[in-house]
Amino acid sequence: MAADGALLELREVVAGYEEVEVLRGVSLAVRTGEIVCIIGANGAGKSTLLRTVFGMVAPRAGTIRFAGDDIARRPPVDVLRRGLGYVPQGRCNFPAMSVEENLEMGAYLRRDARVRDDIEALLARFPVLGTKRRDPAGTLSGGQQQILEMAIALLLHPRLLMIDEPSLGLDPRMVEIVFDTILSINRAGTTVLMVEQNAKKALSVSHRGFVLELGRNRFEGTGRELLEDVEVRRHYLGG
Amino acid sequence: MALLEVRGLVKRFLGVTAVDQVDLSVEPGELVSLIGPNGSGKTTLFNCVTGYLAADGGRVLFRGRELTNAPPHRVARLGVARTFQQVSVFPRLSALDNLLVFLQQHQEERLLARLLRTPRVRRLESEAVARARRLLELVGLAAKADAAAGSLSYGQRKLLAFAGALMPDPDLLLLDEPAAAVNPTMINEMKAHILALHRQGKTVVLVEHNMDVVMDISQRVVVLDHGQKIAEGPPSAIRRDPRVIEAYFGR
Repeated sequence: MAADGALLELREVVAGYEEVEVLRGVSLAVRTGEIVCIIGANGAGKSTLLRTVFGMVAPRAGTIRFAGDDIARRPPVDVLRRGLGYVPQGRCNFPAMSVEENLEMGAYLRRDARVRDDIEALLARFPVLGTKRRDPAGTLSGGQQQILEMAIALLLHPRLLMIDEPSLGLDPRMVEIVFDTILSINRAGTTVLMVEQNAKKALSVSHRGFVLELGRNRFEGTGRELLEDVEVRRHYLGG
Repeated sequence: MALLEVRGLVKRFLGVTAVDQVDLSVEPGELVSLIGPNGSGKTTLFNCVTGYLAADGGRVLFRGRELTNAPPHRVARLGVARTFQQVSVFPRLSALDNLLVFLQQHQEERLLARLLRTPRVRRLESEAVARARRLLELVGLAAKADAAAGSLSYGQRKLLAFAGALMPDPDLLLLDEPAAAVNPTMINEMKAHILALHRQGKTVVLVEHNMDVVMDISQRVVVLDHGQKIAEGPPSAIRRDPRVIEAYFGR
């Protein structure tokens, strides 16, 4: 695989939980500036892949390089400091805290004086958060919480943002808003790696996609190529 | 007579009226979808119908019998099964055993008969295991029958819970976003199975944001917004309804 310009590169990564091997040799690269989407059947290892990159699951074999550095087996806090953000599946870390307080928690690792300005800028950039800044995060709708989680991750100015199923449980209008938000985050300079089951929608906004099958990457192509591939359509896109 | 009848249901949370005077009548054998924006009261309605929340007003009737605020186990014994958006499984039990647990609450066998393992109990058990294996096959988890449910991915747990709701062979099945987090090809299998249940005469009420599912299989769609019913009709009419486009579809 060409590694030129790869911001994130996985080679033959093997990982799992206790006796269960979930990733059985995954190789993929994400280039700077891209939106890359991973799709696949339930249990193919998509979420585990993100967790492994983020340092929550230790790889048993293979290499993971981020911006040229080996980050395999690095703890999440170190991965985060290197500029790799992660929005896990499910939402809302601190439902009883206000939107603004959630953002402050997201800036926990920062010690600089610009945090306040950054939080204000995010509240202005995402009006749905700005108008609810004093409301408990738990009272936000699912889609609003998803945008809050992305905003929290953006506070650390990640070079790469990994998002696990951003459209999960969202109504059709909110799905559009969340994908528009991902596009705008990407245009502002953040590389995106996401996992999605709303595969047609996700591939349509992605530069490239990977199909994971039984812990291995099976297909790779541009979003359009995967959308048009007969076999990919039949097995992973519902025809 | 309607199988399920909800009349003027009201549920408030701290001054917010989550379900506001909703009427919903579901005939035996119907396949009805309930749609609406996040926070419009769909799940709250399910929770009131199945006894997980006490309603603040209105009535719930099942086969004409009063079911308002009946406890969940009683609702279940009457033949109503449901799934949850937030799935919970017994993580240390196998996928197969998780399905058997779903059945247990419905079995009327006496403790003594179980302890003595009478032939009838043994026959019921082996039938239950066979049924659980068929359902695991259906949701693509046959290879995971003996795996601890805790080792399954989120999407696989959703599929396991879907299979679990089918275990007791309910007359009324309430499905809360069964397709969320499920791969599109598996969603097609799920759709086919829901239709098969419908053809067998089962009654299904589906809450779902995936319009491919809702519009393809529903006979009737009910739309909630801010706790109120704003539209009701066949999928083709709902798709064109300006109020629904405004409140739900957007664009």
